[in-house]
Amino acid sequence: MSGFLKWLATLPPFAQIPLVLIAFVAVAGLLIFFIEIAPRSGRLYTVIRLLVCVLAPVAIFFALGSIWAAAIAAAVLGAVFFLLDYRSKQGAGYLFQLIGFLSPAVVLLIIGLVYPTIATFFKAFMNSRGSRFVGFDNFVFVFGQEANRVAILNTIIWVLVVPAFSTVAGLAYAVFVDKARGEKLLKALVFMPMAISFVGASIIWKFVYDANQAGQPQIGLLNGIITFFGGQPVDFINVAPWNNLFLMVILIWVQTGFAMVVLSAAIKGVPAEQMEAAQLDGTNAWQRFVNVTVPGIRSSLIVVLTTISIASLKVFDIVQTMTGGANGTNVLANAVYAQKLEEGRASAFAVILFILVLPIIIFNVRQMRLQKEIR
Amino acid sequence: MSAVTPIDLPIDTKTKKQLARGEKALERSLVRNTKNKLTSKGATTAAIIIAILWTTPTLGLLITSFRPPELINTSGWWTIFTNPGFTISNYQAVLGGEATTVSLGQAFINSIAITIPASIFPLVIASLAAYAFAWIPFKGRNILFIGVFALQVVPIQMALVPLLSLFSRGLKIGGVEVFDGLGAGGNSYGQIWIAHTIFALPLAIFLLHNFISEIPHELIEAARVDGAGHGQTFFRIVLPLAMPAIASFAIFQFLWVWNDLLVALVFADGAVGPITKVLREITGNRGQDWYLLTAGAFVAMIVPLIVFFALQRFFVRGLLAGSTKG
Repeated sequence: MSGFLKWLATLPPFAQIPLVLIAFVAVAGLLIFFIEIAPRSGRLYTVIRLLVCVLAPVAIFFALGSIWAAAIAAAVLGAVFFLLDYRSKQGAGYLFQLIGFLSPAVVLLIIGLVYPTIATFFKAFMNSRGSRFVGFDNFVFVFGQEANRVAILNTIIWVLVVPAFSTVAGLAYAVFVDKARGEKLLKALVFMPMAISFVGASIIWKFVYDANQAGQPQIGLLNGIITFFGGQPVDFINVAPWNNLFLMVILIWVQTGFAMVVLSAAIKGVPAEQMEAAQLDGTNAWQRFVNVTVPGIRSSLIVVLTTISIASLKVFDIVQTMTGGANGTNVLANAVYAQKLEEGRASAFAVILFILVLPIIIFNVRQMRLQKEIR
Repeated sequence: MSAVTPIDLPIDTKTKKQLARGEKALERSLVRNTKNKLTSKGATTAAIIIAILWTTPTLGLLITSFRPPELINTSGWWTIFTNPGFTISNYQAVLGGEATTVSLGQAFINSIAITIPASIFPLVIASLAAYAFAWIPFKGRNILFIGVFALQVVPIQMALVPLLSLFSRGLKIGGVEVFDGLGAGGNSYGQIWIAHTIFALPLAIFLLHNFISEIPHELIEAARVDGAGHGQTFFRIVLPLAMPAIASFAIFQFLWVWNDLLVALVFADGAVGPITKVLREITGNRGQDWYLLTAGAFVAMIVPLIVFFALQRFFVRGLLAGSTKG
């Protein structure tokens, strides 16, 4: 495979796209073909299954540039798997089909997410080269330095501020737009920032916040307004601790569209009879909003808050593009990247980030299990 | 990680129904342009004010990108009528590679070459897995599925460093080299294709499973009776029926990969850097050269904006994909 990728890299990009796609589709098609013929009985099909079980692992290991010993070990495991499959209670070929469907995803997830996550836990307790166990030294470094404590605190503030503001703004806008003319266009305008990358959004706002020295013409919109009313220009992204809020505005600007779209669908889904009943009781618009709409969309509100919380915890691009984490604006996700040469410390930051995300994971897994039981 | 996230959390059936109902009402009102809708002047005014507030920053960037550099630095873009001027030289400068090691034009091509395969790979792999989770009963299915689901919330920061070393140095167990790295080096897209594919899988499996598991049981049974194995059922029945869900996830994955910075910074070295990475470089080196930054940012935004405006309906559907049937 490395040979294939090396050869591919010598081609122009637009030739690489179709070639790699053809190669991928060919492999996937072959896989589906073998899955299809797997449960058929007869000596021919059994022999094909045996050959695939033994040769596929060899081919994969060989493609990865592995040594022969590993490939042979894999082939033996493949043969064992064939026997298991052959004697399977659900009939020969059942396990073969199951593994055929699942293995590409599961193997990639183990290589790319499970193994690295576990490795990161261990690396957090090792020195920067990963050669010596250092106990909690990396965590002592993280919590011992003022700048790192600021990064942790900032992350927590992001999670508290951004979801609340985006949800409130999105809800307000969803309510207004529900009764406005030109709903489609108005929605698209607020939704549009979601299509823009965080890097692009950061540049847009960096320009809004731009500050020149007093007396010179201001080209940033905000300072243009401030100096128009006779104020002194403010260097928004360099004045700690308020600069954090100005960075958060960017994520709020992006996520409000998401909140608006989901909540707008939820509001339209509140049964009209409930609203009419409340209207007949002589309530005003605000009372109807607080007593009918908000309770009616409660679970959608929770989903929106949770989704934006996860996004805020992982915020990286905005901080990296705006300040690179300087002037007291660092956050955990950026600290992991900034320390990437010091693997132990980077891992310690990543572990802390993971611990902050953990409650959200647990909450959602519990939700999911509840649903599975209901079904 | 990018700005767009569909609902990727488990939602109870009541909320699901509510969102589906709302989405239908929404699509109906868009089709018919209902005139009998109760509109209020106050609400319209408030909505327009917010919409203007939300759009102004982008508008400022767009206008500035077409102004000559000396005007950009001496007057605000809102004075365009008193200080008129128009040029496309900013775009020529930034696409031609001023200020960066990789020209923005080359980076644009890189972004395309990274994004298209990295959108298709995870979709195929995830739909295979989603089919197994939905239609092949096996022991421990729920546990495994919940495990995959939990992975999507794990910050990818946890995975970056070990995955990178896996790519470059391969894997050794107890001194025995199991396989060496990809060894594809700096000019290959290989690493970043694989990285994006892996990071997209948990969410893709979760969303596609929601959809594929709701295909009527009778259809699958009928195919079985007609002699189709799992391979044919998947390819001839499930894939075509799941196309709406696959298409809307494809849009999201396209935007994620196109807009991603973190994975690109770690896995796309040198000459294969995508547009976000090069923009980040300009922001770092030439942070006050607004003629480069504004034009560059707009070049990066143009593809996602076209995708967004052309496919807006699928986009909104996809956003609610965790909740509604396509």
